[in-house]
Amino acid sequence: MKAFLNIVSRDLHLAFRQKSDLTMAVLFFILTAMLFPFGLGPEPNLLARIAPGIIWVTALLAVLLSLERLFLADYEDGSLEQLILSSTSLEVAVLAKVFAHWLTTGLPLILAAPLIALLFNMDSDAMTILLIAMILGTPSLSLIGAIAATLTLGARRGGVLIPLLVLPLYIPTLIFGVGAIDAAMNSLEAGAVIANARPHLLLLGAILLVSLLITPLAGAAALRQSVE
Amino acid sequence: MGSSLFQGEDLTCIRGGRTVFLGLNFNLAQGQALILEGPNGSGKSSLIRMLSGLVRPKLGKLVWQDQDATREPEIFQRHIHYIGHRNAIKPVLTVLENLAYWSGKKKDDPSLDDALDHFRMLPLKHTPANLLSSGQSRRLTLSRLLASERSVWLLDEPSVGLDVASVALLEDVIKTHRSKGGAIIFATHSPINVENPNKLNLQDYSPLYNKKLLAVENEEDSWI
Amino acid sequence: MSVFHRFANPNRFLKLTNQVLPWVSGLTVLSLAAGLYMSFFTSPPDYQQGESVRIMYIHVPSAWMAMFVYTSIAIASVCSLIWRHPLADLAAKASAPIGAGFTFLALATGSLWGKPMWGAWWVWDARLTSVLILFFLYLGHMALMHAFEEQERGNKAAAVLAIVGFVNIPIIKFSVDWWNTLHQPASVMRADGPSIDPSMLWPLLIMGVAFKLFYIVVLLIRIKSELIEAKLRKYRRAVVDKAH
Repeated sequence: MKAFLNIVSRDLHLAFRQKSDLTMAVLFFILTAMLFPFGLGPEPNLLARIAPGIIWVTALLAVLLSLERLFLADYEDGSLEQLILSSTSLEVAVLAKVFAHWLTTGLPLILAAPLIALLFNMDSDAMTILLIAMILGTPSLSLIGAIAATLTLGARRGGVLIPLLVLPLYIPTLIFGVGAIDAAMNSLEAGAVIANARPHLLLLGAILLVSLLITPLAGAAALRQSVE
Repeated sequence: MGSSLFQGEDLTCIRGGRTVFLGLNFNLAQGQALILEGPNGSGKSSLIRMLSGLVRPKLGKLVWQDQDATREPEIFQRHIHYIGHRNAIKPVLTVLENLAYWSGKKKDDPSLDDALDHFRMLPLKHTPANLLSSGQSRRLTLSRLLASERSVWLLDEPSVGLDVASVALLEDVIKTHRSKGGAIIFATHSPINVENPNKLNLQDYSPLYNKKLLAVENEEDSWI
Repeated sequence: MSVFHRFANPNRFLKLTNQVLPWVSGLTVLSLAAGLYMSFFTSPPDYQQGESVRIMYIHVPSAWMAMFVYTSIAIASVCSLIWRHPLADLAAKASAPIGAGFTFLALATGSLWGKPMWGAWWVWDARLTSVLILFFLYLGHMALMHAFEEQERGNKAAAVLAIVGFVNIPIIKFSVDWWNTLHQPASVMRADGPSIDPSMLWPLLIMGVAFKLFYIVVLLIRIKSELIEAKLRKYRRAVVDKAH
């Protein structure tokens, strides 16, 4: 646990020293989402209907942009070798790095999401579900993305390869993330909002649990391979 | 000489489908210094990485204090310091923060100051690492050797970028380490003076240089 | 490791392959001919779907193979990571394009079948989406395998990806049961026995066998060519080494 916190605090420390990294993903998220009203016209009902999809897709792309950096610096400057040789379990180290990544990428996206939801005219019920879905879904994005980030270390054109590996694996999160909000928006009675969104949220939770299980194992294996 | 610490038997390394070295044996006892010799490409770095457990041997055995550790490099990994070509320094952190992180110690731990002092880095303690020269970066990396105690040091070209005075500091540190029962394996192209070293010439084990081994390699059928 | 090398020596493997290959190839041609004849001529048209039901005899075996080949790759990958035997890497490497081909065939024939049945070339239901993901997994696997200077690293990275991507296989299999999809549920691989008429089941099963044999033939040929290529590389290197 101490090793976990050590790595998290070091990565946060590094991120805060390089503030541009910290704001890049969230700025990308807001700016890209803002393009849609220009492209589709400002009709409020239309925007409210397509908002869940737009927010999720842009959030997903924002996370995607930040993935290459996740392990690359450590790989290039030799820190990764030292990390593998240190007494910290590599699985724990992977989880710690992913957690730090989520804190610096996923969490800002969640905080910015209500802003975009307002711009897209979403109602408050849908917004609540959006937030719950993002809290459950964005950690999975970091976790699944970390697998691709570790697998492509040292590859030619690693940056192009990551989207190819990661986007197919992101599709379930996208489907249930959007599904939860759609279900909430389509429910007629006020009390049924949570009940309608529930199956989707549970599935998002299931994806999170599965990726929590797989990522440390696959990530650690890939990191060991990368320095061999 | 002290008792055997680290042994390798019949080690074979294959990289990119070609055999780098084959049938290599070594024995490292306490207090010993083993110098790896051989021209570029003879596998010195590969051997050091293998001994650090980063690269698994294709064939052969690694024995740590009479315990077979070929399949579990974790057994010896916590007893070694590996210093490779890259310094593992984060440019946005200060000298002290960099050292504290890898030694796993708090920033106010006095042993960190001692380690920095040994390599004349103490005045730069709070300097961000991106301002360091390459020689200073190397000295910061080397001070990791002192910040946490490990019995075997694996050094790959430790003196790259160091001036004569700094190489003397390194020789000094190596001497103290050996007198305390530590052992060291290193590869270097610039001279580092150590007392009565053992030498291992990798040319002898490389099919590229040793034609007898080439015949052995070609006879064997390979999949890749 | 060395024990494995002695048992599965590449030359011995080549010899065995050369002995087996003609037989498997012959069986493939026979079963494919029989299967095609039955599916086009002896099996009846469907009472609802008419003649277009015959697409099934290509579509369903392709879809089976798409999953079967991926599962084989995942198993080979586990072997590669645990026992580090090069044959496992070769098998995975040789299988991936075949599997991708079957997956593409399943998607394409499904699309052709979907147009008259559902009125659209493509619908976004769970089964189709998860098979599409499988197709991308194959592409990612192949791309990752060839993305490294060192082939060994590509093999191992692709092996990890194949194992991670395996979570998709049960999702494909059960997608028709878990979600209300447009795609019809399984009618052959069922716990209570097949629900399809024997006059259609037989050609389907024979085509299934033919596809599997076809996979084995192509797999063996691809592994063989990889081994020959490795030999060539080695001879070339020996020439360079002599000049050294």
